[in-house]
Amino acid sequence: MCQVGEDYGGPGPAELQPKLPWRGCEQKCMKCKEGLPVLIIRAGDAFCKDCFKAYYVHKFRAMLGKNRLVFPGEKVLLAWSGGPSSSSMIWQVQEGLSRESAKRLRFVPGIIYIDEGAVCGQSPEERAKTVVEMKLILQTIAFPYHIVSLEEVFNLPTSVLQPVSQGPRGFENTYKEAVDGFIQQQQQQQQRAPEEGGGEAVLSDEQIQEKLRQLSTQDPVGQEEVAGDSLPRPAQTTALMTLFSSVKTLTAREELLQTLRAHLILHVARVQGYTKVMLGDSCTRLAIKLMTNLALGRGAFLAWDTGFSDDRHGDVVMLRPMRDYTLKEIAFYNRMFGVPSVFTPAIDTKAPEKASIHRLMESFILRLQAQFPSTISTVYRTSEKLVKAPRNGDAAGAATARCLLCMCALDIDSTDSATAFGAQTLERLAQKLSPAPVLPTGAPGRPCCTKGTRLQPGCCRDTRPSSEREEPRASFIEQLCYSCRVNMKDVPFLEPFPPYILMESQCRSQRAWEKQEVQEFLFEESEEEALHPLGFSPQF
Amino acid sequence: MPVPRCSGPCGGVRPAALRRPRTGGAVCRSCFCNAFEAEVLSTLQTGRLLPPGAVVAVGASGGKDSTVLAHVLRALDARHGLALDLHLVAVDEGIGGYRDAALAAVRRQAGRWRLPLTVVAYADLFGGWTMDEVARRAAQEPGRARACCTFCGVLRRRALEEGAQRVGATHIVTGHNADDMAETVLMNFLRGDSGRLARGGTLGSPGEGGALPRCRPLQFASQKEIVLYAHFQELDYFSEECVYAPEAFRGHVRDLLKALEAARPSVVLDLVHSAERLALAPAARPPPPGACTRCGALSSRSLCQACALLDGLNRGRPRLAIGKGRKGLGEEGEKQSCTSKDSSGGPSRAGAIQAF
Repeated sequence: MCQVGEDYGGPGPAELQPKLPWRGCEQKCMKCKEGLPVLIIRAGDAFCKDCFKAYYVHKFRAMLGKNRLVFPGEKVLLAWSGGPSSSSMIWQVQEGLSRESAKRLRFVPGIIYIDEGAVCGQSPEERAKTVVEMKLILQTIAFPYHIVSLEEVFNLPTSVLQPVSQGPRGFENTYKEAVDGFIQQQQQQQQRAPEEGGGEAVLSDEQIQEKLRQLSTQDPVGQEEVAGDSLPRPAQTTALMTLFSSVKTLTAREELLQTLRAHLILHVARVQGYTKVMLGDSCTRLAIKLMTNLALGRGAFLAWDTGFSDDRHGDVVMLRPMRDYTLKEIAFYNRMFGVPSVFTPAIDTKAPEKASIHRLMESFILRLQAQFPSTISTVYRTSEKLVKAPRNGDAAGAATARCLLCMCALDIDSTDSATAFGAQTLERLAQKLSPAPVLPTGAPGRPCCTKGTRLQPGCCRDTRPSSEREEPRASFIEQLCYSCRVNMKDVPFLEPFPPYILMESQCRSQRAWEKQEVQEFLFEESEEEALHPLGFSPQF
Repeated sequence: MPVPRCSGPCGGVRPAALRRPRTGGAVCRSCFCNAFEAEVLSTLQTGRLLPPGAVVAVGASGGKDSTVLAHVLRALDARHGLALDLHLVAVDEGIGGYRDAALAAVRRQAGRWRLPLTVVAYADLFGGWTMDEVARRAAQEPGRARACCTFCGVLRRRALEEGAQRVGATHIVTGHNADDMAETVLMNFLRGDSGRLARGGTLGSPGEGGALPRCRPLQFASQKEIVLYAHFQELDYFSEECVYAPEAFRGHVRDLLKALEAARPSVVLDLVHSAERLALAPAARPPPPGACTRCGALSSRSLCQACALLDGLNRGRPRLAIGKGRKGLGEEGEKQSCTSKDSSGGPSRAGAIQAF
């Protein structure tokens, strides 16, 4: 890694480079002191191939061991994009599962690949070719896999947008109990094995499956087939492309893609009984993501968006086990140990640098890293000091409402507060001729369609004056967090959104409207008693 | 291109003079100025920044931000009866060819608006150190010219506090705008300064431990609008960059912010929103501030940063208090020996801070 842009502790690359040629020949691996070094990680740390592998593998296991979130026997979905980082992650899992029993990883993996070709400029032929390439690799891995096209978002149920709450539990104890229980179970199986024959492993797998199914509550709609291997219907591809081309900026398009992708992964995980999802974000990627999200107004959610674990959905927890690796380490490992990866164009491939916040921030960080080699590690270390807690002084009521799209707790200040949000509201008001009455935060507009009916395009248009035509949009926007609201400014129409989002939005505004209607008749009792008899389940 | 009519409260009577950078709305000159002032007023009122009867020290540099701030505060005070007692406090850092011209602008403003002006000079406060001399000393360490702004920023805050105390102020206001805040958030992340991240994001500090409360009424105003406002009000301000600024790290971040703003006009306020909402681990939060053992100013360590920097300068090691170099500082026990060294080595500079 003797290249510009690596994480040197002390002297800059200029001071290092002249030393390398003449020192390199006699230098030994700094770990085992005998092997021939093949690469340099950080300042002068030369590693031989074996020691580098040990170092790399240890990092992965240490990350999982330190956090103790993956329980033995748990089903874990590995999100694979085909890129180097997530490919390396899958290889690490495979490596961990093939170890001798004491050091074996004990979870049950599966792989998901989301085919986003439709919005990344791939033709159907190219997409088919990519999928074939993916399958070739997947078949060598022998984990169960799910290839899902992004078009499937049009078949998602509204349950995707409803977090499933899980009671707080003491992680430390449950983890130990789970491990002990698992080991005991395995020992019992081994004792019984000679008596009953070979069918044991299957049985235990089924038991685990059964338990997990009890854990994850599912919408009945959720059972519908998602993981179809065949190419999506052309009509849905067109709908998806209409949706993305209606979005005015690449920044908002990228955010929309991330949102839909997250929903899709979550749904597949729930339907297939996975309780953890592993994402392949590297340290480099996370540092860029952190700065990007900061600029997108997601300051409140940085700990969820970039931390090791993300529990915003409740029942399915997202993990980022690759967060300790720099992209360069990953690239070297993949190259040395022949980890295959597939190149697929992303949504911003070939876009100019100034096209989006994401691209700008990425090139800024990478350029700064070349000049100041500790940039990425500094940002990364700062991110570890962020916590998943609202700042003191947040209104308690607002804490329960979740953003419709990103499912984080709403971070909306009141319109008359001395905050960036308040200031923008005022600015917009000044724009209007006669300041129209603004709905207070969280107060819903009247929903236009009756409850339970599917939103029909045009059902509440044309018959009303123009100010009322905006209502579904206004109540949609009120269900969003600050950042998603900013994104929505670049999305002029709601109609192209997948039905599950529109239906859930309508359901929420209906619920909020009903609540407002009956508010005056309710006694000011404790919230529990006041809400439950009327059927306002604390969904969010 | 035909000029659109104003879409502001005047109802299209006048042709529009500008598009507001963030909303894109076309407004005429007077509607824009009214809206701008109303927004600053709203920040003052909703944030409860300046109570009636407050004696306000306006940090005046002669630049666009502080000029607009003083002008708007004066206008709002007269129109809405805020009962503010405004004072201009300017700091003379001693930067040849830059600060003299800026101070001349401040003097002209003070004369025109009939506001009392107090100038505090680094040379008087910090035992003879001017920024030019600090820069010369800092430049002796190779490749470290960047440190200039580090010195100047710390010392200026200290000097402003001192100037405000002198005029008997109860509040300090500074002209920091939304762009400054956004840059600061980005910089604090890039430098890994979690202490500042935990502290930042509010409209100022409430004033604790003897320090005056500070606030930034222009925190939500974008830099572009401030320039536009100054332009329409025909304000006389000084608009040159400091001679030492091009070397500052802030420059990188400023360029980034400009590019981000081109991609998404609301990005500056989005960053401010992020800063308001950051949640840091309790361990990352700085300890409650105490007082500097040497000058008594508010400090999170035993020696405040201004004293620490001056200490380094006086001992010929200007980098002493920057970054991780605090170890060599005689923070606790060595205080005695430091003072004695100072009195023998630097004749006029010893204990300058204690003087006030």
